[in-house]
Amino acid sequence: MPTTHHAPATPATPGTPDTPVLTATGVTMRFGGLTAVHAVDLTVHPNEIVGLIGPNGAGKTTFFNCLTGLYRPTEGTVAYRNTVLPPKPHLVTRAGIARTFQNIRLFANMTVLENVLVGRHTRTHEGLFAALLRGPRFHRAETESTRRAMELLAFTGLDRKAEQLARNLPYGEQRKLEIARALASDPGLLLLDEPTAGMNPQETRTTETLVHAIRDQGTAVLVIEHDMRFIFNLCDRVAVLVQGEKLVEGTSETVQADERVIAAYLGTPFDDAPGQEEIAEVEAAEAQADATRAGTETGETGPEEER
Amino acid sequence: MTTMTPHPTNPDPAASGTPTDPSATNPSATGNNRIETTPVLPLPPRAARLLTGLGALLSAAATFLSWTWTTAFPGNLTVTGYPGGLQLLTLTGALLTLAHLLATHHTPGLRWLNPTGSHHATLLLAAGTLATTWYTLIAIAAQLGGLANLEPGGWIAALTTLLALTGALGLPIDRRTAGSYPPGNRLATALHTIDRTVRPGHTTRPLPTPRALPAWAEILVIAAAFGLALCLATYGIGTAYGELFTGFLLLTGFAALALRSSGIITRLTTLTRKHRTITITAAFVSAAVFPLTQSTDQYTLIAVNILIFSTVALGLNVVVGLAGLLDLGYVAFLGVGAYTAALVSGSTASTLGVRFPFWAALLTGAAASLVFGIVIGAPTLRLRGDYLAIVTLGFGEIFRLTVGNLNGELGPSVTNGPNGIPNIPDLILFGYRFGTTHHLAGITISPFANYYLLMLLITVLVVLVFSRAENSRIGRAWIAIREDETAATAMGINGFRLKLLAFALGATLAGLAGTVQAHVTSTVVPEQYVFAGPVPPNSAFLLAAVILGGMGTIRGPLVGAALLYLIPAKLQFLHDYQLLAFGAALILLMRFRPEGLIPSRRQQLEFHEDSPPTTTLGITKAEA
Repeated sequence: MPTTHHAPATPATPGTPDTPVLTATGVTMRFGGLTAVHAVDLTVHPNEIVGLIGPNGAGKTTFFNCLTGLYRPTEGTVAYRNTVLPPKPHLVTRAGIARTFQNIRLFANMTVLENVLVGRHTRTHEGLFAALLRGPRFHRAETESTRRAMELLAFTGLDRKAEQLARNLPYGEQRKLEIARALASDPGLLLLDEPTAGMNPQETRTTETLVHAIRDQGTAVLVIEHDMRFIFNLCDRVAVLVQGEKLVEGTSETVQADERVIAAYLGTPFDDAPGQEEIAEVEAAEAQADATRAGTETGETGPEEER
Repeated sequence: MTTMTPHPTNPDPAASGTPTDPSATNPSATGNNRIETTPVLPLPPRAARLLTGLGALLSAAATFLSWTWTTAFPGNLTVTGYPGGLQLLTLTGALLTLAHLLATHHTPGLRWLNPTGSHHATLLLAAGTLATTWYTLIAIAAQLGGLANLEPGGWIAALTTLLALTGALGLPIDRRTAGSYPPGNRLATALHTIDRTVRPGHTTRPLPTPRALPAWAEILVIAAAFGLALCLATYGIGTAYGELFTGFLLLTGFAALALRSSGIITRLTTLTRKHRTITITAAFVSAAVFPLTQSTDQYTLIAVNILIFSTVALGLNVVVGLAGLLDLGYVAFLGVGAYTAALVSGSTASTLGVRFPFWAALLTGAAASLVFGIVIGAPTLRLRGDYLAIVTLGFGEIFRLTVGNLNGELGPSVTNGPNGIPNIPDLILFGYRFGTTHHLAGITISPFANYYLLMLLITVLVVLVFSRAENSRIGRAWIAIREDETAATAMGINGFRLKLLAFALGATLAGLAGTVQAHVTSTVVPEQYVFAGPVPPNSAFLLAAVILGGMGTIRGPLVGAALLYLIPAKLQFLHDYQLLAFGAALILLMRFRPEGLIPSRRQQLEFHEDSPPTTTLGITKAEA
């Protein structure tokens, strides 16, 4: 379990400690005639864990890509601590927003340690000449980077595998390594895109603890997830995205109780509400499904089962 | 002495860690590949050993006989009493086979030769001896017109080497079981049998813990290894005729494979990693000594060209191996450096009519290449993959055609068009004339030896730049871009800028080599800088050298370039079929060893998924 606490050296940015780390205003993304994200506003405050849920194809990942500069939003702005971000991924990361990917994108043929060291890229500045001349400053920077990387590996419980190739890690640890790599850039906001996809219940719980620990050391977290139990356990606030638009935003209870959300996930009930007979039928089917799921979830979860 | 399996087969060498694991499960399983330790031919073990030893001994003896009646075949194989020419190779092979056979049976004083105790080494050496000998005999028959030209000595050698190989096939080797191959027709079965015989069951057989040597002895071992490598290289470059070179390549190839399965390479790698500074010094010294071993300039010129070719290949390795940018027009940067140096060299044909001192010419050449690299890179590096390859190919050709057209008629008069810039004067550095022979402290340094030593300094510089850049923040960013560019940019890496940096660095290094090349060849013409051609430094061969040797390593492109230069230079008879043979060789290499001759550890793991998953990039326990 993560125990080390490390205050990230957040870059000097304007604003007080309460300045929101993320302010997305009217973010719209159109691909030709298709509007994938429409006028979404979202604010994340420091020390907050915000969840982003929605049915498949609701535009959650597209919204993430707009936030991190992988897509240039058609309309709207994204700001980090009140500074508007240019739509370039490396500048977004430099500003202080780091992310993980829905389908794991590690540098598979680099070691675990090297992966995290790549994450340190924006927080170190030794260029090619420094590398060629190898002055004392270069050595100091390398040592410091390695120290911080090992600290993060210890934080995520991967320090004993530092010299292994990333591709050889089991699935759950690859997900953790992605988080460690993202944390290496000392972000003020961490975006997690389905961090528990393909995980078994134990691994999911470990991830929950990890996300809490990340928040506790001062990094706000915005997380996309389909696992409702995970989201409602974890998040201070949940936003629901349906067909590219933000439907509701609020605490877990508000969102869970909202009929529009239920409708978005399950569809609207018939005009004449289901009778007792149908309700009993559905409950029986659910119990059956629960039993089957419990059976499969305890089994081995490997990378090949990834979605 | 009589055990069937001299060493236990360890099912998973790296996973178990302890090299002396006594679990002799036989056959044992690693994933889908079941490994057994059995002979290929069912001979009684004692008979097999005896046959191998006797065969090797008799082969050695047969080299003292006359193999042919006329000296028309080069190397004079007619003398009974001492071996000559290709016979020496057979002798070496036979003696090595014998030594390895004795080493696998714990003969005192020889055990260091075969630390793993694998019979594969003996088998491979016996096969190498057979290949070299039979190649010699076939070459004699082909060249002189018939088997009648073989003397009895030749027939005896053919028979004894076959005897040794037959015996060696009766020795138990670690190999896959027949059941680990999918069933197929008779041809497939035959191919599988060959594959089972040739390919060792394990990539790394467990090594026993080495005896601790004092530091001076370890250093001595490293020095001896480099001395041996120097001798080998000198011999290879100095081979006077194509047949001898082919025989040399055959034997060296088999011997290299044998040394790998005997574990001696692993041992050496461990030592060199432990004494890095000494290894680098030894490598430098043995390379610097080479021209001093030569009495004529003929082979020194070959060596200079090899150095130029390898240095440019190493520069290309920054672009291709580290940053993963496929550049098919890289030779243009060599051309820019060479043309720049030629223009400022004070050559009578130069349109500039200036004469820069060499250091200034060096810097100008590198700077011109750098600028050219950035000018080409800035628009093209926005493309990825195949598109980038096509565009760089186009730019390479644009350079050649432009230089060919700047002759005063089709364009401004700068480069003399297709005639190029001849009469580039020899270098003078601090009053030291490169064009004359120097005698220093009893050592004769010929003109090409001067250039060789200068080029060696540039090679060392490029090696230094490569290794330092690789192990840094910048190098890691390049590898990250190669692995996954989207993820790399999400980690804060400015992809375009770093790719441009790699491109520019690669161009600068090629430009450096180009400035020296201009003075070595004393003429630069556009046709030296084509995409593909029979003379090595061209874009296709440069890329091939990187891929053949091993991407992302330092030794790989050096070895690849040396082979790709020497083979066409030595085998004149191959001239018409050179590109065909080259293409076939590349296809075979990609099929059987996609990571190149000398793979980086990273790539070895990348391409061979069946290697143990717990292998790390650090020193594995078995090696330590």
